[in-house]
Amino acid sequence: MRGRADAKGAGAAAAESLRSGHYMTAIKVPPLGESIVEATVSRWLKNEGEAVAAGDTLVELETDKITVEVPALAAGVLTKRAVNEGDVVTVDQQLGELQEGAAGAAPSVDASPAAASAPAPAAAAASRDGGDPASVPSTAPSSNAAKISPAAQRVAAEQNVDLADVTGTGRGGVVSKPDVIEHAARGAAPVASAAPVAHAPSVSTPTTPSSPASSARPATPATIGERETREKMTTRRKRIAENLLLSHHSTAHLTTFNEIDMSAVSALRERMKEKIEKEHGVKLSFMPFFVKATSMALKTYPVVNSQIDGDAIVYKHYVNMGIAVASEAGLVVPSVKDADRKGMLEVSRDIASVAKKARDGKLSMEDLTGGTFTITNGGVFGSLVSTPIINFPQVAILGLHKTQDRPVAVNGQVVIRPMMYVALSYDHRVIDGQQAVLFLVRVKELMEDPAAMLVD
Amino acid sequence: MADITSADVLVIGGGPGGYVAAIRAAQLGFNTVCVEMDRTLGGTCVNVGCIPSKTLLESSHHFDFMARDAGKHGIGLADLTIDVATMHKRKDDVVGQNTKGIEFLFRKNKITWAKGRGTLQPGNVVEVRGAPPENTITSYQAKHVIIATGSVPVALPFLPFDEQRIVSNVGALTIPEVPRHLIVIGGGVIGLELGSVWRRLGARVTVIELLPAILLGMDDEIVKEADRAFRKQGLDIRTGTRVTGGGREGDAVLVTVEKDGKSERIDGDYVLVSVGRRPSTTGIDAATLGLETSRRGEIVVDDQQRTNLPNVYAIGDCTPGPMLAHKAEEEGVVAAEVIAGKQVHMHHRTVPGVVYTWPEIAVVGMSERQAKEAGLDYKVGKFPFSANGRARTAGESTGFVKFVSDARTDEILGCHMIGPSVSELIPEVVLAMEYRGSSEDIGITVHAHPTLSETTKEAALAVLGRAIHF
Repeated sequence: MRGRADAKGAGAAAAESLRSGHYMTAIKVPPLGESIVEATVSRWLKNEGEAVAAGDTLVELETDKITVEVPALAAGVLTKRAVNEGDVVTVDQQLGELQEGAAGAAPSVDASPAAASAPAPAAAAASRDGGDPASVPSTAPSSNAAKISPAAQRVAAEQNVDLADVTGTGRGGVVSKPDVIEHAARGAAPVASAAPVAHAPSVSTPTTPSSPASSARPATPATIGERETREKMTTRRKRIAENLLLSHHSTAHLTTFNEIDMSAVSALRERMKEKIEKEHGVKLSFMPFFVKATSMALKTYPVVNSQIDGDAIVYKHYVNMGIAVASEAGLVVPSVKDADRKGMLEVSRDIASVAKKARDGKLSMEDLTGGTFTITNGGVFGSLVSTPIINFPQVAILGLHKTQDRPVAVNGQVVIRPMMYVALSYDHRVIDGQQAVLFLVRVKELMEDPAAMLVD
Repeated sequence: MADITSADVLVIGGGPGGYVAAIRAAQLGFNTVCVEMDRTLGGTCVNVGCIPSKTLLESSHHFDFMARDAGKHGIGLADLTIDVATMHKRKDDVVGQNTKGIEFLFRKNKITWAKGRGTLQPGNVVEVRGAPPENTITSYQAKHVIIATGSVPVALPFLPFDEQRIVSNVGALTIPEVPRHLIVIGGGVIGLELGSVWRRLGARVTVIELLPAILLGMDDEIVKEADRAFRKQGLDIRTGTRVTGGGREGDAVLVTVEKDGKSERIDGDYVLVSVGRRPSTTGIDAATLGLETSRRGEIVVDDQQRTNLPNVYAIGDCTPGPMLAHKAEEEGVVAAEVIAGKQVHMHHRTVPGVVYTWPEIAVVGMSERQAKEAGLDYKVGKFPFSANGRARTAGESTGFVKFVSDARTDEILGCHMIGPSVSELIPEVVLAMEYRGSSEDIGITVHAHPTLSETTKEAALAVLGRAIHF
């Protein structure tokens, strides 16, 4: 008979973790949206050894824009935390390990001796309590690289499957050949059940109410006769909603409007753009003009470029200009660093660069953090006028809109001019109405007479 | 009434499931008691099952080799004899080593062996009544109870076991002479194994099976190959044959059978009734306790071995599933660990099954028929031992290894082996299946040459249509 060799030492503890069909699942940093690759571990909500139910939040990650809750994909026990609070992690990095088990039922056992011999979770790597625990190799693989079956490796290489994307279902989370084939089949299939997730606006921002990201969310196609569909908010959407509410609730939100005659700046742009494109390879848009004008206005009214910290007002003596950029994944707000100290061409290049990065999903954490003020342009989508929401904790945001030929009175004459409404939403707690209005008027003046930017 | 002794974990039954559960519970730090009414620990498996039957199979296999195959090796023996008494003595010694081994493990793990018959009462009180003449009664109050009461052979009404001439697995192991004619009723694992023992030693053996084929539930091709091999060894296998009556007359037994409407009387000197086993729940009054059981009398458990009663677990043959020692052991470990608060579950998909005839049969997972009936798109890969170098050196060319794999993902759904020592070849496949392995995984793994295990590799490659040596 199989007398089980006794091994009550560390070997036994290390081996106690896994039994038939209990899989170790790697907890990974989920896609944070196409443009974000890094996040900071803000908070662990579960301890090592704690039982969790499927859907329980295990850990919260913080990016500049959003907090991402990483849920348990299956019930089980959190066996390992691989990162600490405060660590910077990248998409797909392993955060910890979940041992899949029963429906999150926390072990409710009065048997005190059990606690004494509970396995050290760190040591509870993927090894099996076989006949002879002592013989379990101590080098149980914990890295994903070691957890791929040979055939799975072959198939993945041939079919160009990124193994990091494949969830292993073998014992201990081993990625098996069936896993790779099933994963590849899912990828090839037309948007199926995964669609709502894939289409969810990944990283939107609390800055742009007119952003198409919020409105372009595809509803689950309603079957005929169905007048409503109900869909659970994604974690990300919930977080966006919270952030927007936070901005609304935490600030004394107010918007002031003005209109800008774009004739002068249009003429200047028309005159310069071919030359600039030829000589510098830069396509000149209106945005750099606004960035320059706004940066100058911020110097004049520094409170608009401030933030509230407790009962202090922190004035920023630099301008990192946040630019809301539409990307496939939604709107993101990278910032042009030190915009106030850069020339028009450099600002142009920087805007083009962050916009391209946003479209390619290559934005870094640095691109997305540190903004001191934001410009959002709803005009590119046709908005005539809107009230943007402050990109908290900034204290103001400039909303640009569509330039439209309109009859206006100039020197007692009705003339047609290319006009744009602009809106400044500001936190009335720090910015007085007068300053807000004057700030916006300053932007207007500089835009209507671009030459003034030279002599400022 | 005597004092009540308390226990953290009390296991009722000291068979392979029970004693393993007790050891695991003790390892986990519980004050553990194991109740066993027999004079030795180990239950059916160690005392009257796996171990003694394998001992006799080993002895008879050597005899068979000497009688039939030694000459081919140039080994000659003028006068081959079998001393049945010596063979039994060796068997008893082997069994003794095992039961003593368990007693040693109990002492080592400080497990109390409560000798006697345990009765589970409401509130997790277990009364243990010792054997006569003392009839001592000890009561235990247990925090957790694991029921591991095993199974017993099913008897036929007209052939009640006397374990002399009408024997179960118990008596078949102690037949003191080579029978003239052993009649085996039931062509399952026990009947074929024990029938093989006595056939090899020279007995005439007739196996009567009610169903159209022996080895119910096994893969069809395995059954066909086994049937052919056993008949070649001289087992008179009568399938589709119903036993209609029988009895003992002195030292003779007779069995009447019916096939295709024709009756026949078969005379023999021993009859082995191996028509199945049923759960034993001695000392467990399910009705009084409110313990949920199935219609077949199995104690209903979840995949953590919990019964419907709080802190009462059940494992092994008294629960649903195949009646296998290793299944019981695994369930025993699961029960003990669940008691300790570990999140473990019993999975039956990868429990292998073995028949220790020669050729041996070893299987795991789905048969081809099961895959077909489940509507799965599957592929089969097969490789014969006749094409394996090592098997040929041993003169063992019967049998094959057969894989049933998912046609799309190549996942191993089942593996079926018949051939020399295949009981030792199956674990590789079980391990692969634990990791949700594919036939390719085994096919591209280096197997030492020359070994029987190359047959496994080649069969796996055959699934992919690329076996090298066939």
